[in-house]
Amino acid sequence: MLAKRIIPCLDVKDGRTVKGINFKELRDAGDPVELGALYAEQLADELCFLDISATLEDRKTFAELVKEIAKNVNIPFTVGGGITSISQVGRLLAAGADKITINSAAVRQPELVSQFANEFGSQCVVVAIDTKYKDGEWYVYTHGGTKSTPILTTDWAKQIYNDGAGEILLTSMNHDGTKNGFALDITSTISELVNIPVIASGGAGTMEHFKHVFNEGKADAALAASIFHFKEMEIGDLKNYLRNEGIEIRS
Amino acid sequence: MKIAIVKYNAGNVQSVVFALNRLGIEPEITDDPEKLRTADKVIFPGVGEASSAMKYLKERGLDEVLRSLKQPFLGICLGMQLMCKHSEENDTECLGIFDLNLKKFPPKEKVPHMGWNKIYNLNSALTKGLTEKDYVYFVHSYYAELGDETISTTNYINEFSAGLHKNNFYGFQFHPEKSGVTGAKILKNFIEL
Repeated sequence: MLAKRIIPCLDVKDGRTVKGINFKELRDAGDPVELGALYAEQLADELCFLDISATLEDRKTFAELVKEIAKNVNIPFTVGGGITSISQVGRLLAAGADKITINSAAVRQPELVSQFANEFGSQCVVVAIDTKYKDGEWYVYTHGGTKSTPILTTDWAKQIYNDGAGEILLTSMNHDGTKNGFALDITSTISELVNIPVIASGGAGTMEHFKHVFNEGKADAALAASIFHFKEMEIGDLKNYLRNEGIEIRS
Repeated sequence: MKIAIVKYNAGNVQSVVFALNRLGIEPEITDDPEKLRTADKVIFPGVGEASSAMKYLKERGLDEVLRSLKQPFLGICLGMQLMCKHSEENDTECLGIFDLNLKKFPPKEKVPHMGWNKIYNLNSALTKGLTEKDYVYFVHSYYAELGDETISTTNYINEFSAGLHKNNFYGFQFHPEKSGVTGAKILKNFIEL
């Protein structure tokens, strides 16, 4: 049976991880390569690196960093942040990334999804959706969840699925940062609406939250950042717990 | 040891290079028939689409070269698929090294089959040291049926060939280069053949 995936997400700025602190095992906790390799060793199923650098100049160094990650990490990884063109995607994949993720750019230019899928294959196109529950509906937000759009999340998910997205990374802005659990209702709605994997993100605080997002939320994978970076939860402990709860998990 | 990686119009080559580097091997990426023929071992990786890949290989005469190779040869993912007879992906005639056809997964579950799954009926020198509890990483929408050349199986929607073997030719549907410690064992087994 296909295993549910646990995906630590690392924010990278100017070549350094932003949230990586408090790791005794690491010489340099700010080094995304070393942190990524450690997570891989701890049996993370995939990794996600998001470049939050402000300038184009700094983004060029990100491609170099991706190459270093690929040299040292023996599991699949996704990269994203500021991707708007086929040439950028080509560079990141050639550097060794397995998948790329786009968010605001896809909302601004929906044709990017099919362009990327046709050029590189659906399997490497992860469309990230930031969603927020407002006045009885889930809407798509952009720019890190700061800008609202009139687009319903269900409509957008269907559209990108039809355009060839290979996976959806769904973050609930209502839940992100709360540590009160994932958004189970919208996650299961999207997961049943489209026939591609859905990665749930936002709200992870306890191991039970992961169980619920896999069982009730019907997520194929769950992504979290700070609980892993701040060592509030060990990936190995989380995976043991989920396995004991009867969920298919890679050991 | 000289390991050649077949250069063609498919992605994911760099990941295989890095995985071999981690095992202390510096492979050469080449489409030069002479270099392919004289390498100790050949790896045929790839992520991409079957018909455009076959077209590319045929235009350069590489289809004949690959079929005629005598040294240990390992196809990965699309590489393994291209070693089969025929793919439903754009109705493509493939290399025909393995006597099997590729079918598209029916959409009973999510397609592509993406993520970590177990492999069973491990019956090859390349899976030495693995157990049926080990997981490997898959990403594919087409699968090889079961046949006499099957050396390992996986279940997703239906049972299919995760690994194939005939004479000097081996193929795996999953990605050893992305399958953590388990995948590294498989690559090491291949290098040590």
